[in-house]
Amino acid sequence: MTTAPQATGRQIPDRLMSPTRRALKSWEMLLFVVAVGIFVANSLASPYFLDPWNLSDASFNFTEKALIAFAMAMLIIAGEIDLSVASIIALASTAMGAAMIAGAPVPVLVAVGLGTGVLCGAFNGLLVARFGLPSIVVTIGTMSLFRGLSYIALGDGAYTGYPAGFGWFGQGYVWWVFSFELVLFALFAVVFYVLLHRTNFGRAVYVIGNNATAARFSGIRVDRIRFMLFVLTGLMSGIAAVCLTSRLGSTRPSIAMGWELEAVTMVVLGGVSILGGSGSIPGVVIAALVMGLVTFGLGLLNVPGIVMSIIIGALLIGVIALPRLWRMLRK
Amino acid sequence: MSSLLKSREAILALAILILLALIASRFPGFVSPLNLANVFTDTSPLIILALGQMVVIVTKCIDLSVAANLALTGMIAAMMNGAGVPLPLILLTVIALGATLGAVNGLLVWKLDIPSIVVTLGTMTIYRGIIFLLTDGKWINAHEMTEGFKALPRLIFLGLPIMAWMAVAVIVLTVVLVRRTALGRAFFAVGGNAHAAVYTGISVGRTQMAAFVISGALAGFTGYLWVARYAVAYVDIAGGFELDVVAACVIGGIAIAGGAGTVAGCVMGALFLGIIKNALPVVGISPFWQMAISGAAILIAIAFNSRNQGPKGRIILKKAEHRA
Amino acid sequence: MQAQPASGTTPPVLSLRGISKSFPGVRALNGVQLDLFPGQVTALIGENGAGKSTIVKILTGIYQPDEGSIAIDGRPVQFPTAQAAGDAGVTAIHQETVLFDELTVAENIFIGHAPRTRLGLIDWAAMEAEARRLLTSIGANLDPKVRLRDLGIASKHLVAIARALSIDARVVIMDEPTAALSHKEIHELYELVETLKAQGKAILFISHKFDEIFRIADRWTVFRDGQFIAEGHITDVTEGQLVQMMVGRSVDQIYPKRPARIGNPVLTVSGYCHPTEFEDIGFTLHEGEILGFYGLVGAGRSEVMQALFGITKPSKGACRIGNDIRVIRSTAQAVEAGIVYVPEDRGKQGAVKGLPIFQNVTLPSLSRTSKGGFLRLSEEFRLARDYTQRLDLRAASLDQDVGLLSGGNQQKVVIAKWLATRPRVIILDEPTKGIDIGSKAAVHDFMSELAAQGLAVIMVSSEIPEVLGMSDRVIVMREGRIAAEFAGDAMTPENLVRAAVGIEEGEAA
Repeated sequence: MTTAPQATGRQIPDRLMSPTRRALKSWEMLLFVVAVGIFVANSLASPYFLDPWNLSDASFNFTEKALIAFAMAMLIIAGEIDLSVASIIALASTAMGAAMIAGAPVPVLVAVGLGTGVLCGAFNGLLVARFGLPSIVVTIGTMSLFRGLSYIALGDGAYTGYPAGFGWFGQGYVWWVFSFELVLFALFAVVFYVLLHRTNFGRAVYVIGNNATAARFSGIRVDRIRFMLFVLTGLMSGIAAVCLTSRLGSTRPSIAMGWELEAVTMVVLGGVSILGGSGSIPGVVIAALVMGLVTFGLGLLNVPGIVMSIIIGALLIGVIALPRLWRMLRK
Repeated sequence: MSSLLKSREAILALAILILLALIASRFPGFVSPLNLANVFTDTSPLIILALGQMVVIVTKCIDLSVAANLALTGMIAAMMNGAGVPLPLILLTVIALGATLGAVNGLLVWKLDIPSIVVTLGTMTIYRGIIFLLTDGKWINAHEMTEGFKALPRLIFLGLPIMAWMAVAVIVLTVVLVRRTALGRAFFAVGGNAHAAVYTGISVGRTQMAAFVISGALAGFTGYLWVARYAVAYVDIAGGFELDVVAACVIGGIAIAGGAGTVAGCVMGALFLGIIKNALPVVGISPFWQMAISGAAILIAIAFNSRNQGPKGRIILKKAEHRA
Repeated sequence: MQAQPASGTTPPVLSLRGISKSFPGVRALNGVQLDLFPGQVTALIGENGAGKSTIVKILTGIYQPDEGSIAIDGRPVQFPTAQAAGDAGVTAIHQETVLFDELTVAENIFIGHAPRTRLGLIDWAAMEAEARRLLTSIGANLDPKVRLRDLGIASKHLVAIARALSIDARVVIMDEPTAALSHKEIHELYELVETLKAQGKAILFISHKFDEIFRIADRWTVFRDGQFIAEGHITDVTEGQLVQMMVGRSVDQIYPKRPARIGNPVLTVSGYCHPTEFEDIGFTLHEGEILGFYGLVGAGRSEVMQALFGITKPSKGACRIGNDIRVIRSTAQAVEAGIVYVPEDRGKQGAVKGLPIFQNVTLPSLSRTSKGGFLRLSEEFRLARDYTQRLDLRAASLDQDVGLLSGGNQQKVVIAKWLATRPRVIILDEPTKGIDIGSKAAVHDFMSELAAQGLAVIMVSSEIPEVLGMSDRVIVMREGRIAAEFAGDAMTPENLVRAAVGIEEGEAA
């Protein structure tokens, strides 16, 4: 055991800016102000908006996507991406449908859904972490493969007739207006906050996203963490599949089509750098609320769904473009 | 030297031949010249779009908006046709419009330095959304199109429909572009080593922008071919087709990390998918298998490519040098 | 010493006057001047941060100066793009070759100005013939059709030089061209420089190595902290004077090595082999010892160290740490066994830019600062405060991004990070490469203090004065094997170089 030489240098302060001041100047704070603004605007625009039951109903349009976005945020911070999440939902839902036809009880259905998600995630993780393939192409490939398997199983048909008890995951309420999904959303927001910001695992995710080589040279098991992140994303997609299938009460191969885009948009809107290395869970949570509020508000104004997708596409680009434009113009 | 690349294409050619032989062993009619010509014609849109995508991927970008671009320009073509605009003007317009949509992608990538995957994921939904805004979700059906508009791609010239000749023309033009022009070589320079490209006086952003414009123009042109051939236009035509296009490139050995790829590989990648798609009904497999097969083909192709490109370990020992 | 007027009868080809360039927070160049003469080699000398790379980027059109003028043959010119600089006949051969691995040799030479056919298309046949002619003219026997990725670093330099000739350059900038070359290749490069001189080209030669500056330069120019200090003929100056101008004070080349009390063996390596990188590596390292590893670039020293640290796996061999025989298969196991490695490539392998200083320092010690897998920030700050202070780190705060620190301070953060794990063996790979003289001395000081306290140190270095000045014992590697070991009076520059290049190439300096 050796100790370094005696202290000779000057003392360096821990922080220049207090955490509170830093938080006030953050992207998350700006987003929060936007969310409040939208909330106020919506409540002024429509008399139906402030009704607790309406708000609770509206939460269904973001809770499932947000569950995926939490895991996706960690994946993107670590410098990877998973475009196959929506296809994992399709395959997991199909597997549950097949199990249901075979007469499996509700707990087994849930286990099949989560298990399929984990397996799909592990497959992605294996290809990326073990064989060193780029995640973007791997998951473009598995995006076709997983949904393709659903199409093979179902063609243009559908599984319907889920048992009554199964409906609770997507339609049930834990207490008053608080649905199971909303509670799940809040629970996982906390779990992912702790995981990313308060544990060694989360720190390793940031390190890998900033400099994977240096992470490896610092004794971090980079490939193992990458693999675990893909499995985690698969698991969250499996959970989303249980909720969505339960809510819809049926499975079609086209289920959750395009959700990968919405999950990525949510993550990017939440301030996560698409190049990896920075971002936060509170940002993603607020982004989910913003997207939910916008969807709900436009729905109240009878704006069609496809217009909503234009807005999501524009948000995705605009959120990244505007700060850059602003910086360009200031120069 | 480029023997690795050559062998990769040789292997792909071999895979296609084996595939054809397997099908022919049970269904000899599939490999008749007439049927093969039909397969080629049917694959033409994929070939054209894949060549545009190849140029983009070589510059280390990706264009996921091609199918949406195709759907939007195709719809505009059908609407112009309905308004009585003459065909040559329609063709010019769709190519210009496609190029413009590509330029939007390119400008966002170049001027604002936004990763191309984000830009084109976004514009993909925006372009499709615009079709809805234009049409209110209505279809334009065959009876609303003039005969001349629908007939052009099907006109037979020297035994092949114009559609197939268009694919041939685009193949030839792309070969000339990437092998014999300064811009073509700049695509490879930018994708291979952007840092070095700057030092040789090549603008990375401008070159990537040019790639997106080319990809967009080809998508616009394909928009007309598609709508005219299938004689229908609506919001969701060619939905998800961008994945087939990327798959064709990946299977064709276009390096997703940029800087490497050949026209021959790209065309064979598209043909591989085209043959599978056309063979499935013949051999009696449900067309619903196609999506999974192309996904599996992408995975096999990237696994194969990366094995060939794996980083070479440093060789220091003399005896290892001789062995290598 | 004051700026002397450019002597000699020929006027300069290229002349810079009053060039200034600022970046946010930094004034990189402040009214500097530079003259380059036909058929002469001008050495540009300065510490890191003196403004050398900025002036190269201005000359090649990558940066635009804020102020000042560039003149060619006395006529003012501007280089708004790299293309414009090339058209004016200014070309550069860079530290890391900036070429295209996926393109052929011929294309690398001609990209941007390829010969065209009458239709305006690229004429491959003409391009390859011309490339072959150019390569032959510089004595390079390379196939123009070969892809660049299949060439070694020295051949890539030749391609870069052929490119310089292909655009009929009048001014050739060589930015540390010998940094990655072997002994033999460096001599070939010197011959090439003579050829270019004979063709009347003006050469700007940037180097840290005084022996090569005195070997090939005709003139010198010194920059310090973005300012022009002086210039003159190489025959009128001594090494000591140049060093003094560079650092602004006189520096004794004295290494702070203390007499060591060498203790028990800590690390015993025997029979380490790797299929392609090294073979039959065996040595013993003791407490309190600094063991130098010398050799030419590419002799396999870093590769051996990375195997000891678990980055790569040896195919055979064992190592004993203290009394345990260990097989190290991952970096995590190495750290656990008390072996740590400060890598040569600080930017890529050492510092995690984008993360704050304290998180960099605690990275491999998280298991100690955390509890049950949960972070404890106060513990992290405590550890980081402790070790950064011991290394005399200069930074605004501990939550500052490491990427914003100077190279020397980044190196201190990387060393602090590893010391915080309380290692038994620390491996320093080129620890002072590319850091300024002040930080260099601090690192040397610290190293000998660590050894004095009983830590076992391995230092990989390519600088003979550093190896001889700091080591108790030196192992020389050649072509992946241990060529010789020297201690005491046998540690002479001649012995080291002779062992490094091999007896059969005994003409070594």
